[in-house]
Amino acid sequence: MNKKEYCEYVEKRAKKSPIVKNCACAFVIGGLICVIGELLRELYMSAGMEKTDASTLVSVTLVFITAVLTGIGIFDNIAKVAGAGTLVPITGFANAVASPAIDTKSEGYILGVGAKIFTIAGPVILYGTLSGAIYGVIYYICTLIWW
Amino acid sequence: MQKGIIKPKRTPTLISTYSVVGKKEHDGPLGELFDEYCEDDKFGKDSWEKAESEMQLRAMKGAMSKAKISDDGVDILLAGDLLNQCVGSNYGLEKFDISYLGLYGACSTCAEGLGIAACFYGGEIFDTCGVVTSSHYCASERQFRFPIEYGGQRAPTAQWTVTGSGAFIVGAGGKIKIPEVLFGKTKDMGITDINNMGAAMAPAAIDTIERYFKESTHSPEDFDLIITGDLGFEGSEILKDLLLKDGIDIRKNHVDCGLMIFERKKQDTHAGGSGCGCSASVLSADIIKNLEDKTLSDVLFIGTGALMSPMTLFQGGSIPSVAHLVRLSSK
Repeated sequence: MNKKEYCEYVEKRAKKSPIVKNCACAFVIGGLICVIGELLRELYMSAGMEKTDASTLVSVTLVFITAVLTGIGIFDNIAKVAGAGTLVPITGFANAVASPAIDTKSEGYILGVGAKIFTIAGPVILYGTLSGAIYGVIYYICTLIWW
Repeated sequence: MQKGIIKPKRTPTLISTYSVVGKKEHDGPLGELFDEYCEDDKFGKDSWEKAESEMQLRAMKGAMSKAKISDDGVDILLAGDLLNQCVGSNYGLEKFDISYLGLYGACSTCAEGLGIAACFYGGEIFDTCGVVTSSHYCASERQFRFPIEYGGQRAPTAQWTVTGSGAFIVGAGGKIKIPEVLFGKTKDMGITDINNMGAAMAPAAIDTIERYFKESTHSPEDFDLIITGDLGFEGSEILKDLLLKDGIDIRKNHVDCGLMIFERKKQDTHAGGSGCGCSASVLSADIIKNLEDKTLSDVLFIGTGALMSPMTLFQGGSIPSVAHLVRLSSK
């Protein structure tokens, strides 16, 4: 058996992740997080906030809740079931920043937390910013041509 | 000069052994058999790495105490773990006034250490050797994969690194002999999936087992058990299937330390346990005790290690592996 044949053999026999179950869990839990977000926004708006401010505060609240749940060791247990349900909303980003921060505390605040906090979220921040800038340039060019 | 199976001229024996594990391992099927366990995953220390060192220290101290020997009764320490620069071993064993060799063979380190110890004793270089290996779930996870609290889903083929350590004293006067050793060759069949280490390690185990039965006069039925450590569920199935295709049937007497230490489904460890501490602690707590009380009389122990580096993996490399065989006999 050569390398290619072996890899194909392994690939064929490996048990796959339960996609239907994972999708259903992601839909329910991810949807629930969005409902909580929406309720929070309504709550903030009913307290007299502008729509934009209320939306920003919703993100801040969800990040805060996630950071607390990550810190007390509950978030990973929820994420284990939720999968993309907790990964895709802002909760996934918050956990990706909070979890390395907790892990690397033993190496100190500069070389540990400071250096490693964006180990996972780093690519999202870099390429998110980069694609945002590129989109901005394209948008600017479009406005010059058509408007 | 012995090239294949090494048969030490002076047959080494296992004088004593001691195992230390974490809470999850203690909650598993072998729970009560381990010599020591700690509810606290940090073993009273302030980092996972220090906890791993503490486990090695406790395991080696325990094995030496059982053998009733002190530092000057051990000629050399052979130790290893999964962490960079083998820090688990370096810091843990610095407390002993004994010559030290650090080993890295991933999950095969226990078999590697026992094999080298058998050669040292057999070649009359040292009279008493200490072998100790360990792994810690949290320390390994953050070095090789993700932070502990990172919320992700594991693949069904992924293995769970065992928090544990096993120590052995090899020398004269023990009940269990090490009559044969076969060091493995590095094998790389192109597996790049960090979540399927069993598949990466199986080819090395197959090669070593096939070489053993080709070179020796034995067949699989001659052994009570053929123990691998730690292929997990996926790797074990591949091993049995591919060996069978090559005419070697080990289905009746094969067991895997990674499958013994946890109740896979109940403890949510997917394909089972892994790590230098897995085979060491299972061998120490279960297999050795069964050999001592003659429940088992002759076994083959094959330590399998996936020599994975996240750096080379990101550079597009695959995962090489190695498997070392040690025969243990109480006949």
